[in-house]
Amino acid sequence: MMKTLLSAVALLASSLAIAAGPTVQLDKAPIDLTDKASLQNGARLFQNYCLGCHQMQYQRYSRTFADLDIPEELGMEHLMFTGEKVGDHITNNMSAKDGEKWFGATPPDLTNVARVRGPDWLYTYLRAFYADDSRPFGVNNEVFPLVGMPHVLQELQGLPSKTYETRLVDGEPKQVYVGIKTDGSGELSEEEYDRAVADLVNYLEYVGEPTKLEAHALGYKVMIFLLIFLVLAYLLKKEYWKDVH
Amino acid sequence: MFKNLMSWIEYRLPFMDKMNLHVMQYPAPKNFNFWYFFGSLAMLVLVNQIVTGIWLTMNYEPSAEGAFASVEYIMRDVDYGWLLRYMHSTGASAFFVVVYLHMLRGMMYGSYQKPRELLWIFGMLIFLVLMAEAFMGYLLPWGQMSFWGAQVIIGIFGTIPFIGEDLTLWIRGDYVISGATLNRFFALHVIALPLVLVILVFLHIMALHEVGSNNPDGIDIKKDNDGSVEQTEADKKFTFHQYFTRGGKKIIVDAIPFHPYYTVKDLVGVAGFLLIFAWVIFFLPEGGGYFLEPPNFEPANPLKTPDHIAPVWYFTPFYAILRAIPHPFMGAVAMFAAIVALALLPWLDRGKVRSVRYRSGLHKVNLINFCISFVALGVLGVLPAEGVYTLMAQIFSFTYFGFFVLLFFYSKNENTKPLPVRVT
Repeated sequence: MMKTLLSAVALLASSLAIAAGPTVQLDKAPIDLTDKASLQNGARLFQNYCLGCHQMQYQRYSRTFADLDIPEELGMEHLMFTGEKVGDHITNNMSAKDGEKWFGATPPDLTNVARVRGPDWLYTYLRAFYADDSRPFGVNNEVFPLVGMPHVLQELQGLPSKTYETRLVDGEPKQVYVGIKTDGSGELSEEEYDRAVADLVNYLEYVGEPTKLEAHALGYKVMIFLLIFLVLAYLLKKEYWKDVH
Repeated sequence: MFKNLMSWIEYRLPFMDKMNLHVMQYPAPKNFNFWYFFGSLAMLVLVNQIVTGIWLTMNYEPSAEGAFASVEYIMRDVDYGWLLRYMHSTGASAFFVVVYLHMLRGMMYGSYQKPRELLWIFGMLIFLVLMAEAFMGYLLPWGQMSFWGAQVIIGIFGTIPFIGEDLTLWIRGDYVISGATLNRFFALHVIALPLVLVILVFLHIMALHEVGSNNPDGIDIKKDNDGSVEQTEADKKFTFHQYFTRGGKKIIVDAIPFHPYYTVKDLVGVAGFLLIFAWVIFFLPEGGGYFLEPPNFEPANPLKTPDHIAPVWYFTPFYAILRAIPHPFMGAVAMFAAIVALALLPWLDRGKVRSVRYRSGLHKVNLINFCISFVALGVLGVLPAEGVYTLMAQIFSFTYFGFFVLLFFYSKNENTKPLPVRVT
C-alpha cells in the first residue's frame, strides 16, 4: 500500500516540477553565506549601484555591519552616504510616485527579493541585459522581458548584445542564437563581472534571511540533543514495557 | 500536614481521582502501533501553536499598514523572533500532517464506528475549526499570498446564490480585503477560534475516555463479565479505575494503564516528531515553498495579482475538488460535501467489523483508492487548473466520492474475516 502511494506521489510530483519550470534556463548562483569578503563586496555594490532606486527598508545598517564583520566606523565612512544613523534602515529618498513616473513601476524593495525570486533568478537576471533600441533605457532583459530597469551595472559589464552565429543546420547555413556577449567596454572582464554579480546576489540572499547561519548553528545542536533524547526515550520505554510483552 | 491538605482539596475537588480516571488508571489497549502517536502529537503541536502564538502577538501589529513590517521586525530585530515565527508557521503545516494521519488511522481501524460516532464528530469539528484558524492566520503576515489566497477563499462564499455577495461583505467588513478584514481575522485567530479549539479538544478526549480507545484489531477490550472471557494473570496485574468496570459488570482485558506505559511510549513519538519538526524549522523553514510561499515575502498589493494563486498545501485537496466542477457554486458545494462525507462516515459505513485487518479485500482496495485520491487532489490543487490537470482533478474527485458511495453499499453485507477474541 505504501509503495503504491509513494509511486503515485512521485509521479505527480515530477509533473509538478515541469509545470513550475521557468521559461529561461537559470544559472546556479554560487551562494556562500560564510564568505564574508564576498558579502562585503556585495554590500558595497548594493550601496553604490542599487540603493539609489531600491530600498532595503527592513534591514538596518548596524545589522549588516555586525553580521558581515564590518567595523562601524569603516562602514559609516564607506557605505553610508547621506548622513543616516547606524541603527537606521537602509532606505533612500526616492518617492514611490517618482519611481513609477520615471521607470513605469516603483522599483521594488529588495530586502526579501532573494526569497521572492530565488538567488538563481537574480544571478541570471543581472547577467541577462542586452541592447535593445526599442526600450526607453536602450536595454531589455532575457529573464524579465520589457523590464523597466536600466542596466545599472553597465559601467562594470559593458553593453551586451544578442549574438548570432552562422551554423549548418541540416546542410543549410542558418543564423543561430548563441547568447548575449558584452562589447567589452566595461571595467570588468566577463569572469570578474560574474563574480561581482555573485557577490551582490550573495548579499541579497543574506539580507533575505540574516538569521540563516545562526539558525543552522543552533539547528545542529538541537538535532544532537533530540537524537540523544530519542535514544533515552526509547530506552525508557523499553524498560517500562518489559512487563507488558 | 501535606497529606491533610491533599485530602482537604480532594474532598472538595477530586483532582487525584480524575487524574486516575483519565491518566494513571485509564485502560488503554496494549497493542497501539505507530499510527497511535498522532493524537498526542496533535496535542503537542496545539500547545506549540498557542505558546509561540502568544509570543508572536507581543510584537505583531494587526494593521494593513504595519502587519508586514512587524513580521519583518520579528524576523530581524526580536531576539529569537525568527525561531518563534518558524515554529509557528511550520507548526501550522505540522498540525495538518499529524491531523491527517490521525484521521487516516481512524479510518483504517474503524475508530468512527459505533459507539465512537460522537468522538468522530468532535474530531471533524476540530478539523473544521482548525481549517478556519489556519486560513485566518495566513492572512496576518499581509503578504501577497495572504491577500490573494484570502481573496479566493472568501470568494467561495460569494458563489452562494442570493446571499453570496452580502455574505462576503459581512466576512470582510469592507468592499475589499482591507485592514478591517485583517483586524477581525486577528481577533478570531488569537482568541475566538483557539478557545473553541481547546474546548473541542477537551470534549474529544472526554468522549474518547467515555467509550474507550479503539485499537488496531478493532475489538473491544471491555468484555461482559458473564464468564465468556476470562482475565489472564497479566490482565489482573493492573488496577484500573472502577468507573471503567461499571461496578463489576465489565472485565478489562489486554489493557495497560495509560500512564506510565503510553506516556513513555508517546515520548518516543514526540522525540521522533521533534527531530523532523526541528529539522524543518532550522534548515527548511520555507518547506520548499509549501509552508511559506515565496510571493508571501512581498507585501500585499491589491493592484498586482500573482501569476498563480495556490492555497497552502493543506487546503489543496479540497481546493482541487472546488475547481474540478465547472460551475462555481456547485464546486463550492462539492468541496463542502467532501468534508461532510468524512463526518458522515459512522453512518455511511454499515459494517460491523472495524479494523481493516479483518475486512474484505474490496475495502482494502477502496481505502487505498481514498488515500491516492486525496493525495492526488492535494498535488493537483497546487497546479494551475488547465488542460489535463482539470481532467485529472475531475477523475480523482470522482474516485474520492466513490470511496464513500462504494463503502455504503458493500459494507452492509461485507465478506469479513472472523475477529479474534483477544487483541493480537
